Formats: sequence, structure tokens, C-alpha cells
Amino acid sequence: MIETADQIFVLLKQWVVGLLPAGLQPVAGVLLSVVAIIAVFPTLFALAVWVERKALGRMQNRIGPNRVGPLGILQPVADGIKSLTKEDIVPLSADAAVHFLAPVVLVVAVFMGFAVLPMGRNMELVDMDAGLLFFFAMGASTELSVFMAGWSSRNKYSLLGAMRAVAQMISYEVVLLLSSAAVVMITGSLSLVKIVEAQNHYTWGLPHWYIFTPWGCAGFVMYAIAATAETNRSPFDLPEGESELVAGYHTEYSGFKFALFFLGEYLAMFSISGLGTTLFLGGWSAPFSFLGWVPSWIWFFAKVMLSIVVFIWMRGTLPRLRQDQLMNFAWKFVLPLTMLNLLVAGLWRFLGDGWERWVVCSAILVLAFAVMGREGMRREHFGPRRYRYAE
Amino acid sequence: MSLVFYAIAGLTVAGGLAAMLLKNTVHCALALTVAFAGIALLFLELDAQFAGFAQILVYIGAVAVLVVFAILLTRGSETPKGGVFSRNWLTGLAIAAGVFAVLGWAVLGSARALPGPGGTPTAAPTVTVLQIGNALMGRYVLPLEIVALLLTAALIGAVIVAMHEKEGAK
Repeated sequence: MIETADQIFVLLKQWVVGLLPAGLQPVAGVLLSVVAIIAVFPTLFALAVWVERKALGRMQNRIGPNRVGPLGILQPVADGIKSLTKEDIVPLSADAAVHFLAPVVLVVAVFMGFAVLPMGRNMELVDMDAGLLFFFAMGASTELSVFMAGWSSRNKYSLLGAMRAVAQMISYEVVLLLSSAAVVMITGSLSLVKIVEAQNHYTWGLPHWYIFTPWGCAGFVMYAIAATAETNRSPFDLPEGESELVAGYHTEYSGFKFALFFLGEYLAMFSISGLGTTLFLGGWSAPFSFLGWVPSWIWFFAKVMLSIVVFIWMRGTLPRLRQDQLMNFAWKFVLPLTMLNLLVAGLWRFLGDGWERWVVCSAILVLAFAVMGREGMRREHFGPRRYRYAE
Repeated sequence: MSLVFYAIAGLTVAGGLAAMLLKNTVHCALALTVAFAGIALLFLELDAQFAGFAQILVYIGAVAVLVVFAILLTRGSETPKGGVFSRNWLTGLAIAAGVFAVLGWAVLGSARALPGPGGTPTAAPTVTVLQIGNALMGRYVLPLEIVALLLTAALIGAVIVAMHEKEGAK
């Protein structure tokens, strides 16, 4: 019974594929998984938009959407119909072909990332030997689509937003890759399935997730910072800062193309949360060994949705950074710490199984964090700030 | 030589041609990206996952973006009035032919180095990422370190160039 609940989607897929003639079966299996991914994540997107609007409303002393359906739960449906029926405006001076391609490239590249995420036991579209590399390769392709959108619009706000977005994404991508590299070093594999399996062990009922090791904890914090910046979420949402750039690179998009950008942004959030879950939070494994009877896919989606709630929470809490703060933070603080974390992960591997490695690794990381933080803060001048306005 | 190969090869060549023939510089850069993607697909078709993904990550994720940045930060993306063809195209043609000849010679030469009778390839060995990693850290560690040194030098050079400009502006 437990086994069936855990593997229900796998069994369902095998049953449906089994109905078809043998020649079609491999293709049908892949198609079915792709359709499942394309159906599930946009549904989650609708749910996440509703949660975000409700939660943000609460944090800002508003009620949030409450007209469509009970508690406004059907608001995403109404939004969807609205964006489908809206006029699709392309500016006269815009580069029509590139303007059209940009949202398509974005959504396609983001969807590709889901192919390698293990969403439950035996629930991955492809188990690639270089799965992590594939994920990052797809993530890197989204940068170009952002640039295409900003450049083809022929709008200064769009172009500024795109330049900011690309600069930010390149800077934080380094951090993202290096913080994940520590996990690869310890596991000894780039396959996401193997990374989850390596974390799926228990001692005294507690899991061996990488976040519960000194290097994993530091790595996860840096991964979370980089992920927030990579998905252009607040406090790193400068590329679309409403107060200064209208809407950044998608200023000139309306109707369904705008909806595609919106979808792409949320899907990127889901996929990067999914990767974070896989790398540091044990993927589909249960948080306690006695909870092992709960189906594995429930744990994966629960962890992803929890990360989304944290994203929303941060958006409601933190003010937006300035561009120079953003860049300084990435290159002068987070990047050196990720490099140190790589060294610490190596130490962890070679110090053996005793308690010494816990003390040594934690001490190095805490010390580096404190010293670098203090050094950085000392150079900052807090106090009244003078502004020079354009004359 | 399957249909997939011809489709990918056609895409790659079309991308390369478009990168050469289009008038708008940004369009050229985007067309070049298509060519890069085609090459990555060719690697993947040959079952070389690591090379294919590295190609996407480095060329589409970094090099293409860098090219586009360079275009926007220097001359602007406007289409030049006097046409895009350089006057000394004959020299360019000679260099391109030379590079092509060297590459062709290397490719044809490598066929003879393959095991098997008459240079025909035997069953393709499956190479995992783990093996590539071990080879890079073991047998090829010296070239790897030399490349790392070169990149570090380039990085320091870039920082120095940027710093100098800042001091001058003050």
C-alpha cells in the first residue's frame, strides 16, 4: 500500500504506456512525462501567484484578492483569461522577430531545467550522468532571452533593465555554480539522482541532509542568496524595479507575451527551489525516518512550496538593494566565501569521521564570515547621506 | 549520418552564415548563438554529454552574452550605413581558408589514429563525467593548471585595467 502510494505516478505511467503498441512505448513514455511537467508546474504557478498576492496583502495590511471565488482563489484563472484576451501590442520601432522570440526562448529554457530534477523516488524524466551541468546550461540560456527582450523593445527602460538583469545574473551565477560544486565534491557525482540517494540515510532517525553539515549549511545560505538574485526576486529585483524602470526588460510586453514572462519568472523560481531542495535539503527524502511512509513526491513538492513561501516572505520584508551594493556583495563577500567553502568541503572529506571535522570546519567558516563581515562593514560609512542631483 | 545529423548541421551552418551576412550587429551575435547551440547539439548527438553541456554553459551562457555586451558598450547596435563588408576581404578569405585547411588536416589525420583496421572506428566507448574528471586531475593536470594560470592572469589584468580608469577619473 505504502509502496503503491509512493510509486503511484510511475505505475500510472507504466499502465498507460502498456496500453499502446510496443513500437510507440518509448516515445509515449517520454511524452507523458513531459505533459505531466507542463501540466503540474503551471498549476503550481497559479497557486503560487494566489499565495503571493494574499500573503503580500496581509504583510502590507491589505486583504488581497477576494472577489473571484472563495478567498479569491480563482483570481489566477481570471488573470489568465484577461491576459489571453488583451491586445498584443508590439512597438513600431521594435525588432519584431526578436521581440517575439524572447519570451518563447525564456519559457522553453526554463521548462528544460525540470527534465533532470528527481521529483520523487524513480520520478525523473531523464537520469543524466551530467544532470547538474544540464540544469545550469539551461539556466544560462535564460540570460540571453532577457537581453533579447530588453534590446528588441527599443525602449531605454527595457534596455537598462536588461543590462542590469544580465550583469546581475552573470555575477550571481558564479556563486550559484561554486556553492553547488561543494555538493558535487562530496557526492562524487553530477547526477541529481545520485546526490539525493547520498543524502537518503538516517542516524537516530535524523536525516543526512547536506544542510546539516557546516559546509552544507554555509553552501545552502549562499545558494539561496544566489538563487534569489538569479530569479530577480526582491531584494534583488533591480532589473524590474518599478520605482525606477517601469517594469524593466518586459516594459514593452503586453497580453500573453507578458504572461509568458510572468510564467517564466515563477517557473524559474520553482526549478531553482527544486534544485536547492535536491542539493541541500535531501530532495524527496523524509525529514525523519519514522515519516518514511509518506510518499516521496509529497516531500519534494512540500519542500519546494516552502521555499516559495520563504521567497514571498523575503519580498514582503526586505527593501530593494542598490546596484553597486548588489555587485559589491556578490564579488567581494559571497564569492570569496564560496571559494573558502570549497576548501572546507575538501577538508571535511579528508578529516575522517570523528567529531574534529565538525569543530574545524565550523570554526573556519564562522571565523571567515565574522572577519569579512566586519572588514566590509568598517569601510561603509553609515550616517546622513548626500545626494547630487542632475543639473 | 542520420537525418538528425543533417538537420543539426544545417542549423549550425545557417547560423554561421547568418552571423556573417546579417547587417545588424546584434542580429549577427544572436545568429552566432544559434551556431553555438547547433555545435552543442552535435556534441550531444555524439553522446558527449559533458562537452555538449559545457559548450552551452560557456558559449551561450557566457561568450554570447559577453559579445552582446561588448557590442552595446562600444559602438552601439545601430546598423552601419556603409555596408558590413570589409575592404580587405581577400586577406580574411586567405586566413579563413588557412584555418579551415589546418582543421581539415587535423580531422582527417585523427581518423588514422583510431584503433581498428583501416582507421574505421570500432564500438564507441562510453565516457562518464567521472572518467573525464579523473583524467583532468590525473593525466592532464599540467595543461589544466597552465590554463588556470592563464585565466588568473587575465582576471588580474582585467581588474588592473578597471582600477586604472577609476583613479584617473578622480
